[in-house]
Amino acid sequence: MDVDYHALLPEFILAGTLLLVLVVDVFLPERAKWFAMPLGLAGVVASLVAVATLIGAGTRVSFGGTYVVDEFALLFKGFFLVTAVVVLSVSLRYFREGGFYQGEYYFLLLTSFLGCVMMPSSRDLLLLFIALELVSAPGFLMAAFRKGDVKSNEAGVKFFIIGVLSTAVMLFGMSLIYGVTGGETKLAEIATALADIPDDLQTLTYAAILFVVVGFAFKVSAFPFQFWAPDTYEGSPVPVAAFLAVASSVAGFAGLLQLMFVAFAGQHEFWVPIFAALSVATMTVGNFVALQQTQIVRLLAYSGIAQSGYILMTFALVTDDAASNRSAFAAGVAYILIYGVMNLGAFAATVAVSRRHPALRIADFAGLRETAPVIAVGMAVFMISLAGVPPTGGFWGKLLIFQAAIERGGSLGPALAVVMLVNSVVSVFYYLAVPRQMFLREAADRSRMRVPALVTAVVAVATIVIVAIFVLPNPVARLAEISTLVGLGP
Amino acid sequence: MTWENSAITITTLLPVAGAIVIALMPKDKERAIRGLGIVVSGVAFALAVAIAVGFDYGTDGLQYELDLNWIGAIGVRYHVGIDGISLPLYVLTFLLSFLCAIYTWRFVPDPGRTRAFLALMLLLETGMAGTFIAFDLILFFVFWEMVLVPMYFLIAIWGSANREYASIKFFLYTLFGSIFMLLGFLAMYFQGPDPHTFDMVALRDFGAGGGFSQTFQLIVFGGVALGFAVKVPMWPFHTWLPDAHTEAPTIGSVLLAGIMLKMGTYGFVRIAIPFLPYGAEKYAPWIGALAAIAIVYAALACLAQKDLKRLIAFSSVGHMGFVMLGIATLTEIGIQAAIFGMVAHGVITGMLFFCVGSIYDRYHTREIAKIGGGMLQTMPKLGSVFAFVAIASLGLPGLAGFWGEIMALLSSFNPNEVFLGDQVGLFRLFMVMGGIGTVLTAGYFLWMLQRVNMGTLPDHWREAGLRDVLAVEWVSWAPLLALILVLGLYPRLVFGITDEAVSGLMTLLGS
Repeated sequence: MDVDYHALLPEFILAGTLLLVLVVDVFLPERAKWFAMPLGLAGVVASLVAVATLIGAGTRVSFGGTYVVDEFALLFKGFFLVTAVVVLSVSLRYFREGGFYQGEYYFLLLTSFLGCVMMPSSRDLLLLFIALELVSAPGFLMAAFRKGDVKSNEAGVKFFIIGVLSTAVMLFGMSLIYGVTGGETKLAEIATALADIPDDLQTLTYAAILFVVVGFAFKVSAFPFQFWAPDTYEGSPVPVAAFLAVASSVAGFAGLLQLMFVAFAGQHEFWVPIFAALSVATMTVGNFVALQQTQIVRLLAYSGIAQSGYILMTFALVTDDAASNRSAFAAGVAYILIYGVMNLGAFAATVAVSRRHPALRIADFAGLRETAPVIAVGMAVFMISLAGVPPTGGFWGKLLIFQAAIERGGSLGPALAVVMLVNSVVSVFYYLAVPRQMFLREAADRSRMRVPALVTAVVAVATIVIVAIFVLPNPVARLAEISTLVGLGP
Repeated sequence: MTWENSAITITTLLPVAGAIVIALMPKDKERAIRGLGIVVSGVAFALAVAIAVGFDYGTDGLQYELDLNWIGAIGVRYHVGIDGISLPLYVLTFLLSFLCAIYTWRFVPDPGRTRAFLALMLLLETGMAGTFIAFDLILFFVFWEMVLVPMYFLIAIWGSANREYASIKFFLYTLFGSIFMLLGFLAMYFQGPDPHTFDMVALRDFGAGGGFSQTFQLIVFGGVALGFAVKVPMWPFHTWLPDAHTEAPTIGSVLLAGIMLKMGTYGFVRIAIPFLPYGAEKYAPWIGALAAIAIVYAALACLAQKDLKRLIAFSSVGHMGFVMLGIATLTEIGIQAAIFGMVAHGVITGMLFFCVGSIYDRYHTREIAKIGGGMLQTMPKLGSVFAFVAIASLGLPGLAGFWGEIMALLSSFNPNEVFLGDQVGLFRLFMVMGGIGTVLTAGYFLWMLQRVNMGTLPDHWREAGLRDVLAVEWVSWAPLLALILVLGLYPRLVFGITDEAVSGLMTLLGS
C-alpha cells in the first residue's frame, strides 16, 4: 500500500487530538473540564497548519488512488478546519455554563470534523461511506446533548432515525453500483465501467444512482428529506446546530460533488432532471415555510434548506459542455464556501443572544442594536448576505450561479434561474425580519448584553470577511481554476 | 493615477468613506456628526462640480474614463466614465445629497440616531452616483442594488406611521424587477461579442449594430425593461411609490424622487434602447401607451388625494410618464426632453418634498383638510415658496418644468420615422392624452394651493406659533429655487451638456 504520510498529516493530527481530549478529560477535575476546548482548538490549528503545508504540493495519492489530496480537497479541508475553530470558539461558554459533559462533547465534535476532513479526499465508495458516517454518528449524540430538554431528545432521535434510514438506502445503492460495475468501488473506475454498461443493466444503474443520491440528499437536507432539520436544529445546543447547518451539510455537498462530477458524470442525462426537481422543490419549500417562522434557529434551518436548493441547482446545470460544467462546479463551490461564512456568522450571533434569551424567538432580537451593537450589525450583514443583496459576499455567490445557469442555456438553465430569482425575492422578506427587530424595535431589557469575547470576535471577523468578499471577489470567483475534479467529467 | 482617470472614482466613493468615519464617531458628538455630514457631502459636491467644469462639452464619448480589471474570472471590470447623458444626473445627485445634509443640520426625524441616519444617506449617495457612471453591466447592477439597503432602513427606521409596510414593499418590489434585469444582462453577456464581455461600450456598439437576434431582443428587452420600469416607476408598476414616498422621512423622499427614480429612466436611455434597438422599436408603442396612461391616471389620482405628501408622490408618477413618453418616441428631441425632464423633476419634486417636510414640521399633519388653508397668512414665505414650486411643477413656461413636458409632447407628434413610422397616429393619441394630463395637472396643483395656501387660517392654528422659513431651510432650498428659474429661462444649461451625447446615440441607432 502506498501511503503518503505528509498528505495524511491533517487527519493524523486531528485523530490524535480527539483521542487526547478523551483521555485527558478523565483526569480533569470537574471545574477544569472546559480545558478540553483549548486542547481541541490547538489540535485543529495544528491540523490547519498541516493543510497549509500541502498547498501547492500537487496532487498526492494514497491507498491505491482511493484517497486523494488535491486542491479541491485542500480547499474543503481548510474550510472545515476553520469552521471547527469557529464552532469550538462559540461552544466554550455555552457548554461551560450549561452544565454539559464537556469532554465528551469536544471529543464527538472533533470526530465529526475528522469525517468532514476525510470527505473531500475520499474517491472511493467505501471511504465516502465511512466519512459520511463519521460525520453523522457523533451528530446524533450531539443533537441530544441537552438531555434535560424533551426537544433535544426529539432532535437526536429524529436525526438518528432518518439518518440511519437514508444511510441504509444509500448503502443499498452502493452495493448495486458495486454489482453492475463488476466490483468497482473507486469513483474514477466506476465512471469508466459505467461508460459501457450493457443495456439490460441500465435501469439498475439508474436506480443505484438514485439510491446513493438519497443518502446525500438527507445530509444536505434536500426536499423531501428536509423535515428533520428544523426540529433537530431547534432542539440541539446552538453550537451543534451551527455545526450541522454548516460543516455537516457542506460535507454532504463535498461528497456529492465528487460522486456526481466524477463517478456518475456520464449519466448526467438521467440525473440532471432529478436534481432540477430536487433543487426547485427544496428552495421553494425552504423559503415559503421560512416565511412563517418565529424562532431564529428554525428560521435558519429553513433558510439553510433553501440555500441547499440553490446549491443543488448547480448540479442540474451539467451538460456535455466541459466549459459550462466548470462554471457550474465553480459556482457551486463558491456558493458553498460563502454560505458557510455567512451562516456561521448568523449562528454565532444567535449563540450570543441565547445567553439572555434561551427561547431564541425572532422577537428576542428586538433592540439588539442597543444591547449588543457589534452582534446586531454583524447579524444584519449576514441576513442581507443570505438574501444575496449587495454590498455583501452573498451577492456574488448568487450571481455566479445565475451566470452558470444562463451559460448553460437551453430552456432548463434560464428556467431554473427564474425560479431561483423569485425565491431570492421571497427570501428577502424573512431575512429582513431579523434586522427589523434589531433596529426598529426596542428591547424590554435595555442593558448591555454580556457577549463572550470569542463570540464577538467570530461575528466581527465573519462580517469583515463577507464585506471583503463583496469588494474583492476575485479569489472566490477564481475557484473555477482549481476545479480539478471536473477535468475528469464529461 | 491622475485626476483625469481617478476623479469620478474619488468623488463617488468619498461618501462611503465619510459614512464609515461617521459611523465610528462617538454618539454624543451630535454637532460634529452633523457637521461632518455636511462637509463630506459638500466636498463631494465640489468635486462633482470640478468634474463638470473640466468636462469637454464638444464631444460625444466617455471622459474621465477608468477601466480596471475587477473580477477577472467572470469578466467583470471596474469601468467607469462620464458623458453628456450621465453628467447632469451625476451632478444633481451630489447637489441634492449636499442639500439634504444641510437640511439635516436642523431636522433629524424621529427617533434621532443621527449617526446611522447620515451614514446611510451617504451610502445611498454613492449607490446612486455610481449607477450613473458605471460602464460595466455588473458594476452598474451592483450600484443599482446598493441603494436598496440604505433606503430600506431610512424608510423603516425614520419613516412615519406605516413605515414598515412601505419599506418592505419598496424593497421587494424593486428587487423583483431588478432581478429580471440581471438575467437580461447575463443573457447579453453570453450572446454578445466574442470574447464575452459586460462592457457597456462594447455591448452598445455590438447591439446597436444589430448584433443580437430579433427574438433574443424581444425577450431580453422585456426583462431589462421590467427592472427599469419598476424603478421609474411606470404605470402599473408604480404602487410601491406612493407608499414609499409618503412614509419616508423628508430627505428620503427628496432623494427617492429627486434621483432614484431617474435610475430607471437612465437605464432605458443608457442600456435598453441602444443595446436592443429592435426590442425598443417593438416595445416603444407599449411604453408610450403606459406613459400616456400614467400621465392621466396620476393626475386623476392626485385629484383624489387627501394627504399632501401622497399627492406629491402621485404627481411624480405623472411627471415620469412624460419622461417615458419622450423616451418612447425614440427621437433625439424626445430623449433630450427626457433627460431635461429628469433633471427638472429632480429639482422641482425634490423641492416640493422639502416644502411638504417643512409643512409637516409646523402642522404635524399632512392632511390637507386639517391644515385647512391660510398658510400664506401665517407663513407668507413658506407659502410663497410652496406656490412657486407647485407652479413650476405644473409646467408653467419660464420655469424648469416646462421644457421637458412640452418637448415630450412635441416629439410624440413626430415619433422616429425609421422605427415608428407606422405608429404616428398612435403617438399623436398619446400626445393628446398627455395634453389632457397637463390640464389636469394644472388643475390639481392649483386646487391644492387653494386649499393649503389660500383661505383664512383656522382658529386653532393661530395660537400654534407656526414659524416661517428658517435660515437652514433657506440655505438648503436657495440653490434649488434658483435652478428652477435658471433652467426655465436658460434650458441650454442642460441641453448644452446632453446635445453631443444624445445625437451620438441617435447616430448609433442609425437615424
